[in-house]
Amino acid sequence: MGIIIKSDKEIAIMREAGRIVAEVLRTVSRQVRPGITTMELDAIADKELKKRGAISSFNGYRGFPANLCTSVNDEIVHGIPGDRVLNEGDIISLDFGVIYDGFQGDAALTVPVGKISPEAVRLMEATRESLEKGIAAARPGATLGDVSSAIQRHAEGKNYSVVREYTGHGIGRDMHEDPQIPNYGIRGTGPVLKKGMTLALEPMLNIGGSGTRVAKDQWTVLTADGSISAHFEHTIAITDNEPEVLTRGTYG
Amino acid sequence: MAKKEAIEVEGTVVEALPNAMFRVELPNGHEVLAHISGKIRMHYIRVLPGDKVLIELSPYDLTRGRITYRLK
Repeated sequence: MGIIIKSDKEIAIMREAGRIVAEVLRTVSRQVRPGITTMELDAIADKELKKRGAISSFNGYRGFPANLCTSVNDEIVHGIPGDRVLNEGDIISLDFGVIYDGFQGDAALTVPVGKISPEAVRLMEATRESLEKGIAAARPGATLGDVSSAIQRHAEGKNYSVVREYTGHGIGRDMHEDPQIPNYGIRGTGPVLKKGMTLALEPMLNIGGSGTRVAKDQWTVLTADGSISAHFEHTIAITDNEPEVLTRGTYG
Repeated sequence: MAKKEAIEVEGTVVEALPNAMFRVELPNGHEVLAHISGKIRMHYIRVLPGDKVLIELSPYDLTRGRITYRLK
């Protein structure tokens, strides 16, 4: 095991994979509106994916039955698209990954359905900012603990709790490579980051407590207390200085 | 897609039990019942009492684990 360092050539492929992920997620997220079902969003992802000659890394992963993870309100991650109709005021996390030329890209964003409450807006903003703090900390010579702690400090500074049982991860030929990247941690601890590492950072923040439970479908992860949760994710590559966001363009 | 967290800790093997199970003591004094990972079994790596090992705990049941590595 250990953290796999990618060559420039491999990162160039992952840049392509990341671009596809970002384009598909952007297209799907623009279709989010009251009245649409999560299954319809998955169908859009399927169509966009095929146009670009990539395949979904989620579909079939340990039996996951769809291209996208769609997680609404108190669902944190790994929601399965189905006949659930989105309502005005919901928030939905769209998480998506592809395999392109043997390499993976993985990203996620949370988007509003119509008009949402100010609390939900603030939660989503804090989650996105936490991801950006984590990315900014991911410089060569820094440790993984620096990244984790940057995410945690920002999130907890805004009084949100950080999900602990699910983490970010190394990514490359496999969706989940070493290291595992918790969204909490201690500065100066853990492996030292080096050029050529490719990581998927993905803070998951809850308005209430950090506890989770898994639904009967064995996939959907929900907050234990029913509070709402937001999720943002990017695949990044460690470079000589600032990290490169391979899934740039997913949102914003 | 988020990864399910597995907790990794170092421990010391206290006793070898039947069926490739071991009692392992953690630095915090807790004892866990650990089985041995397929990889270690495949490579016939012998684990003996006194060995330092890396074990993976499940966040759901902290009394059981899986030995993934024998440290030197």
